[in-house]
Amino acid sequence: MAEHPQLNEAIVVDNLVQSLGGQEILRGFSLKVYQGETLVLLGRSGGGKSVFLRHLIGLMAPLSGSICVAGQQIANLKERELAPVRRGMGILFQNGALFDSMNVEDNVAFPLRERGETDESIISKKVDDILQMVDLSGQQPKMPANLSGGMRKRVALARALVNEPRCMLYDEPTAGLDPIVADSIDILIRRLQRQLGVTSIVVTHDMKSTFTIADHVALLHQGRCYFYGTCDQLRASTDPIIRDFVEGRSHDTP
Amino acid sequence: MVVARYVGHLLCSFIHYLGDLCLLAVETIRGIFHGGVRPHLVLQQIYEIGFRSQLVVLITGGFTGAVFATQTYFQFHLLQMDTAVGPVVSVSMFRELGPVLCGLMVAGRVGAAMSAELGTMKVTEQIDALRALAVHPIDYLVVPRFLAMLISMPLLVAECIGMGIFAAYLLTTQVLGVSSAYYLHNMLYFTDGQDVAMGLIKGIVFGVLIVFVSCHQGLNAREGAVGVGRATTEAVVVGSLFILIVNFFLTMTLNIFFPAR
Repeated sequence: MAEHPQLNEAIVVDNLVQSLGGQEILRGFSLKVYQGETLVLLGRSGGGKSVFLRHLIGLMAPLSGSICVAGQQIANLKERELAPVRRGMGILFQNGALFDSMNVEDNVAFPLRERGETDESIISKKVDDILQMVDLSGQQPKMPANLSGGMRKRVALARALVNEPRCMLYDEPTAGLDPIVADSIDILIRRLQRQLGVTSIVVTHDMKSTFTIADHVALLHQGRCYFYGTCDQLRASTDPIIRDFVEGRSHDTP
Repeated sequence: MVVARYVGHLLCSFIHYLGDLCLLAVETIRGIFHGGVRPHLVLQQIYEIGFRSQLVVLITGGFTGAVFATQTYFQFHLLQMDTAVGPVVSVSMFRELGPVLCGLMVAGRVGAAMSAELGTMKVTEQIDALRALAVHPIDYLVVPRFLAMLISMPLLVAECIGMGIFAAYLLTTQVLGVSSAYYLHNMLYFTDGQDVAMGLIKGIVFGVLIVFVSCHQGLNAREGAVGVGRATTEAVVVGSLFILIVNFFLTMTLNIFFPAR
């Protein structure tokens, strides 16, 4: 893995091992993410990318290995001890995971209210601003059941961003979205990085999105980090596994 | 050998399950002090658990009291003990029928709803979303339900008992022709604060059991819609069985402190 001594490490994962249902998903996965960069994590479906992402925010505990977020080991922390770490992070779940008993406004305002904000005018202003940023102005009264998949994902993104996290985790942010919305999400991720210095880890299969947003790319293959490098290094790679992934080849006969 | 192994496995699973419930209870108590109480959620749950269960509980109490009074009257009438119907119904409603039947109805109505709601949140990653937003799911989901149940259940039990006694009184005095004055005198003579305390204590214990069993099932739901369905069914079945089993031990214990006169 290439070292970047001039940059501070935001997340360091070392030798992560995890099994699910008797199957070893991560077999000693190691990765470094530097502050303020966008790292795209590629890999086959069911390869453990989402599982890996869940470890970074403490939703899963590894069987072995270490996870260091902002200088703090989180692999063995208890649920209540994880709260301060999580306050500095945000995650966009694959299906949004919106609270279905709350409307859009309450979903987005939830993190603000939970962190003690009681002034409803401030909450309302922040919610309006963040919804405008994800192009969903005026959707505040709608319930999640009345939103399209893309809108749900953008509300979830607004909810994750409303507390201005230092680090964002995106689980397939553009999957199931039309190309225009997908592009706007890519631009948003880029803008967050440039304007606010947000460190981002993006799990995706979308190669166009990868080449738009990534500072570094990692490829998770058979539970290990198979490739780590820049977009140019990814494009230039002649490794057949990497080429298959970049070009979307299955080798199946029609 | 196979049977012994099966019984051993069942016993281990049961002890493991009880351990899980105890851990949930400990974490809930810790949540009250560390996670803070969200009053608006407690009020919302009081409305769901307490206010909206009233009709079910009142109907259950009323008809149980009426049926019990009728059966008691027809037996006691043979012995010329018609006015003893009042105290028998009253003491039974306070000590057993009120809390147990109210508990079973609440387990069916509220326990199922709690388990289904939390189970759905679990399988749709809403509970993970809570955790990711640095909100402990037990603080946000279990603590308000627990506190609301502590407030609601004694009131529901009281309503159930009250309705049962009132229905029995009406039926016995207005339909079956027992003297109202003797009925009330005997009922008040044989019913005292100990009976009331026993009923309310049982109600609180059953309410706590319902919350922990249902929340545990919901928080551990798996495998999508099937898992939520299974969690809901198990919450009602396990909750109801626990009420009946714990009621026996509670009766034995409470009779030491509150002996029958």
